[in-house]
Amino acid sequence: MTVRTIDLKQLGRMKAPAGFSERVLAQAGIGDSYGVFDTVLGSVHVAWNSHGVSAAMRARSDEEFEKWFRREVGRPLTPATPPADLSARLVNELGGKRGLRFDLRGLTEFEQSVLRKAREIPRGQVRPYGWIAREIGHPRAVRAVGTALANNPIPYFIPCHRVVRSDGVIGNYGGGGPEAKKQILSLEGVGLSKLQELARAGYRYEGVRSTKIYCYPTCHHARRAQDRNVVWLHDEAEAGALGFRPCKVCRPPAAAA
Amino acid sequence: MEGVERTFERMVHEHQDRLYALGYALTGNRHDAEEVAQDTLLRAYRALVSYSPERVRELKQRPWLHRIAINVARNRHRGLRPRLVELNGSEQDTSPGPEARALRKAQLDDVTAALAGLPPRYREAVVLRYVQDLSYDEAAQVLGQPVGTVKSNVHRALKLLRGENHDRADD
Repeated sequence: MTVRTIDLKQLGRMKAPAGFSERVLAQAGIGDSYGVFDTVLGSVHVAWNSHGVSAAMRARSDEEFEKWFRREVGRPLTPATPPADLSARLVNELGGKRGLRFDLRGLTEFEQSVLRKAREIPRGQVRPYGWIAREIGHPRAVRAVGTALANNPIPYFIPCHRVVRSDGVIGNYGGGGPEAKKQILSLEGVGLSKLQELARAGYRYEGVRSTKIYCYPTCHHARRAQDRNVVWLHDEAEAGALGFRPCKVCRPPAAAA
Repeated sequence: MEGVERTFERMVHEHQDRLYALGYALTGNRHDAEEVAQDTLLRAYRALVSYSPERVRELKQRPWLHRIAINVARNRHRGLRPRLVELNGSEQDTSPGPEARALRKAQLDDVTAALAGLPPRYREAVVLRYVQDLSYDEAAQVLGQPVGTVKSNVHRALKLLRGENHDRADD
């Protein structure tokens, strides 16, 4: 056949196949990959890239997860076979052993510090929002902490569910609503009904008479105390007045001097 | 690093179609076209990471990527891979209408088959000039040849493509 320049120009109008840019970006380690993992929480969609785990969600379908990821993270996303050890690491992380790296690049400095702090709360324990705010050096930014936790792209693995309201209301949860939050906390061994009962009665801290130390009620050290030594405290002022000092592990606020 | 990644993301979106078309024109089939385009972009990324920010900013992406792609295509050729000219039409194509698509696809396959029959230096020149719509100056820069050489190679390529086969004596 005779090829004219117009045929050549026609050739130049070809389009790259669907998904091409996503594949290239994933190969370069920029886009994210995802898979579905079986965990104690049921099946969880998890996205990762060369920097670490970047998102997680209990989605009903791949489409739902992809849509959510595009909205929340905004990078290209493709299904892929996970690295060999990822599944085990995910299970360990939920079991309380920390071994995951996270990619939080898309978040602000403040959001990152909130999530890093939430990660320090041990499995089976909870802290109030104000605790995070104080610990990261923004004691008045309690609401901003709530927002940052609500926008946690990696719920379950970064345990935003371990942050609860100090009045005992469970509070909303980005990882599937208040019911999911209760379910996960119970799974981790938090005695929720007892905790809510205390909160409703206005008790925030657990003091131990023998040591003169007060803790958040779920603190590992508070739970070791014998019942006859336990005294429930309304606030840090009361604790201070009784001569208690704050626990150095769970770090409740000190009484105002 | 963040800056380079953003730059690269934009580069991929902006140039993917062009590089895929280039790969298709040079290799003659869609599978190899995708590989050429992908290798080109990944090489570009590895280079970008090592460049200084000023160098990245001043980079003329279009000729730079074309130059990489030409090299990628040449290297594949050297690697003794069999060159396939696609005969069936089983691959997906995103253009509208089955008839229009079949017709267009058949035409495109004829064009690439004709290109595949050209000596490489003619093919590269004519593909850069007419498929990719580079100017003679840009094509010369990409190929590292004098403009006059490129012009005459394009001219000879067009002659061969039109079926005017008789002046191949100077090959």
